[in-house]
Amino acid sequence: MSANIDIAGMSNSETQTGAQAQADAKEVLLSVDNVTLTFGGVKAISDISFNINKGEIRAIIGPNGAGKTSMLNVINGFYHPQKGRISYKGKTRKRMKPYHAASSGIARTFQNVALFSGMSTLDNIMSGRSLKMKRGLFWQILHVGPARAEEIEHRAHVEKIIDFLEIAHIRKQPVGKLPYGLQKRVELGRAMAMEPELLLLDEPMAGMNLEEKEDMSRFVLDLNSEFGTTIALIEHDMGVVMDLADRVVVLDYGQKIADGTPSEVQSNQRVIDAYLGVAS
Amino acid sequence: MLYREAGQFKTTYADDQALLPIAQDRIGLLLILIVAFVAMPMFASEFFLSSIMIPFLVFSLAAIGLNILMGFAGQLSLGTGAFMGVGAYSCYKMTTIFPDLNILIVLLLSGLFSAAIGVVFGLPSLRIKGLYLAITTLAAQFFLEWCFIRIEWLYNYNDSGAIEVPQRMLFGLAITGPHATPITRYLVILSVVAVMTLVAANVLRGRIGRSWMMIRDMDIAAELMGIRPLFSKLSAFAFSSYYCGVAGALMVFFWLGSAEVESFDINHSFLILFMVIIGGMGSLTGCFMGAAFIWVLPVILRAIPTAFELDILAATMEHISSIVIGVLIIFFLIVEPHGLARLWRVGKEKLRTWPFPYAN
Repeated sequence: MSANIDIAGMSNSETQTGAQAQADAKEVLLSVDNVTLTFGGVKAISDISFNINKGEIRAIIGPNGAGKTSMLNVINGFYHPQKGRISYKGKTRKRMKPYHAASSGIARTFQNVALFSGMSTLDNIMSGRSLKMKRGLFWQILHVGPARAEEIEHRAHVEKIIDFLEIAHIRKQPVGKLPYGLQKRVELGRAMAMEPELLLLDEPMAGMNLEEKEDMSRFVLDLNSEFGTTIALIEHDMGVVMDLADRVVVLDYGQKIADGTPSEVQSNQRVIDAYLGVAS
Repeated sequence: MLYREAGQFKTTYADDQALLPIAQDRIGLLLILIVAFVAMPMFASEFFLSSIMIPFLVFSLAAIGLNILMGFAGQLSLGTGAFMGVGAYSCYKMTTIFPDLNILIVLLLSGLFSAAIGVVFGLPSLRIKGLYLAITTLAAQFFLEWCFIRIEWLYNYNDSGAIEVPQRMLFGLAITGPHATPITRYLVILSVVAVMTLVAANVLRGRIGRSWMMIRDMDIAAELMGIRPLFSKLSAFAFSSYYCGVAGALMVFFWLGSAEVESFDINHSFLILFMVIIGGMGSLTGCFMGAAFIWVLPVILRAIPTAFELDILAATMEHISSIVIGVLIIFFLIVEPHGLARLWRVGKEKLRTWPFPYAN
């Protein structure tokens, strides 16, 4: 995957990886079985099962408070569900720590921009490489030889991501001062730097204007087809969801009410009721 | 006009990631080092070296220690004075137990004890944050002060309760004790501080420093990106306390000559805290600026009456200098709450574009 990141030689291999993604589309990357998560007496998620296939874009939608973000937090080990199992790459773990999720290739972005505001764009994306850097304290202190070589090697990788996201002009700027749309883009870059197999995007287009949404959609699609990254996406803009997603799971009040292709979900009566309300 | 990097092209990542990528900065640092290492020992008076430069360097190092914790890792601490004490007492104990061991090695080892104590008192940081954490480090301050008085073994059962620095030699030259000249003591301190500042800069720009800043800026995001808060926070405490410990040992061995528990009290912790806040959190340059502002400025103010032969009582001058310093602190914090280092950086940014401020 990392070898494919060469942007220049992409046009050739693009069709191949796209086709390959289609071929093993049936391979399940992550499956959630009967997961229940409660906070005290509040059931945030009750008995939800779904799976994410390798190479697909899977959308999770639902009205506010449906439990979508809680679901992502369960997937990357920040919350521990009271019941149920989560299998990732065929391995089931009872309690997964965020560290294990991150080191086994699950990365995410956040609903509210959660960048490291005191650091530059470059350092933010470099921070995504933290788990891949291994040199210990001794070399860090000297900052010559292996530590320097490592730093430069990862910088080269980060520069490719910067090129891909077209943010070269803000490379050295502190992210706190950037406009919102660019901050979201830097956050995507930071998640990309982890070279994830499964990327969880929590409302990547919230608060954006049409043009920014189109840019971001293009990045998500390219990320999926060029790098073969599997994507789980939470989004409220239905146009975006229907265009991007391969399959959609719909949550409401912590329960799964529909699961299927965008067109199936769109015509599902329970989904329509959840979004528009039912006259009783 | 002069401070402009136009024409300085970087063709490798190594160049771009250098500590000081801009040539003017490198020249400036070189000049400062030449002044500090060559001009100062040649021309400065003994008074200037021993009551301005030596304390300034000691406090700078302690401020770097606290700044690593507060400015870079985002953990508040009020126990700096006590951590300096741990360094000083362990340095004293080690050099009296092993008198033949090179004092510089003892100095660097004594920081390790301080680091270990720092890790123990850093444990609460895993559960609590901000001001509440500051209060738990206050516990470290009072507990360690109590130890320095009650555990007589620490000062070899002296009647005075103080630690007296014995004479130690380096290359046949007395560098500690009553016979060490200010110039040798100054040069030893300067070398230690210069090397340790470089080490701090290196660590801070690498993987470890980045993980501290990640925890500081957004701890949840950092955790979900695979940073382990336990390791990251405790390593920051260890690193910070190491610096404070070495600074404390330097303070006693190369500046004061002897010390009691009062040298490491809570006021001392506050003094260093102010240096970090005034200098600028998250900046190594700021540590030196803060130390200069809080320590050097009052000394210079107090020296004004004698220099100009004004007829002002020493006590009056003491009050005046307190007032002036207080006013200046308020002034600078209003102008730039992020400290002198930020002011300096803004100034440099302005210089880059001067005289065309919009040509960016």
